[in-house]
Amino acid sequence: MRRPLLRWLPLAAFLVLLAFLGIGLQLKPREVPSPLLNKAMPVFSLPTLAQPAQSLSPQDLRGQVWLLNVWASWCVACQSEHPLLVDFSKRHAVPLIGLNYKDRRDEALRWLGRYGDPYRSSLSDTDGRVGIELGVYGVPETFVIDREGVIRYKHIGAVTPEALRDVILPLLGKLGA
Amino acid sequence: MRLLHPLLCRLLLCLALLPAGAALAQGMAAPAAADPALEARVMLIAEELRCLVCQNETIAASHAELALDLRQQIRQQLEQGRTPPQILEFMAERYGDFVLYRPPLKAQTLLLWLGPFALLLLAGWALWRQLRTAKPGDAASASHLSAAEFERAQRLLQSPGERP
Repeated sequence: MRRPLLRWLPLAAFLVLLAFLGIGLQLKPREVPSPLLNKAMPVFSLPTLAQPAQSLSPQDLRGQVWLLNVWASWCVACQSEHPLLVDFSKRHAVPLIGLNYKDRRDEALRWLGRYGDPYRSSLSDTDGRVGIELGVYGVPETFVIDREGVIRYKHIGAVTPEALRDVILPLLGKLGA
Repeated sequence: MRLLHPLLCRLLLCLALLPAGAALAQGMAAPAAADPALEARVMLIAEELRCLVCQNETIAASHAELALDLRQQIRQQLEQGRTPPQILEFMAERYGDFVLYRPPLKAQTLLLWLGPFALLLLAGWALWRQLRTAKPGDAASASHLSAAEFERAQRLLQSPGERP
């Protein structure tokens, strides 16, 4: 090594590697950004959980800012976010729609009876077909939809008080809910 | 030997059962195959897709319920006459490019595609520089030997048995 600067090259390379490792550890590979963000809500119509004879479509909510929460009675993480959603529905007028994902109707109704029903309406996605349209890969997931029916945000996993306070509520305010 | 015998038997039995166990696991992974040709096409596409529930598995290999559903989705779309590229696009539109095991070449993935070649070029350049600067240095140090040293070296090289 004739040039003293070159002597530090291995250390510099190691530090760069370390920095990349550090950044890599901060990432959350489970939270895959949805390609549906800022795209229109897929068109679908599903029977409601309460009255299967009636159906509801996202088109029916045009002109309103609303939340879509994907849940299931078999989903353990849903129980942890549920009190937050119940509280949210009491404080805010923003329509909260549930998507009951791959569930049995009787079990879903019993679950809502036990933990409370924060939803204006829940849709029965029994075979998970709408879940595929929405790119759902883990329950719970929560979408924020604007007045034009465009998906503005997707929260993967249980909604935490921090996520609600720091992301979802400010976004709802911005969208004029 | 008499002691070893039952143990050996058990071992052999285990070994004999291994393929059966593997076959059982295979059977569980494979869905109800009504049409083997269609199933083969489904699996070919499923092997191109990442399962988002267990992220290092393909949809073909995964036992997750979502993977089963997506395989069913592929099956239905093939039956409707959609082509494999169309089906892959369908999945990427909903789950993102992340599900594609062969990432498409676009602005976001440029570094991924070109990075290895850039590193190779860089390493090649470094090697070239090293070789170019190293040669004259070696020649110079060789000529630094005095006549006596040179003679001694010559002697050493000619008689390998001799110890200095």
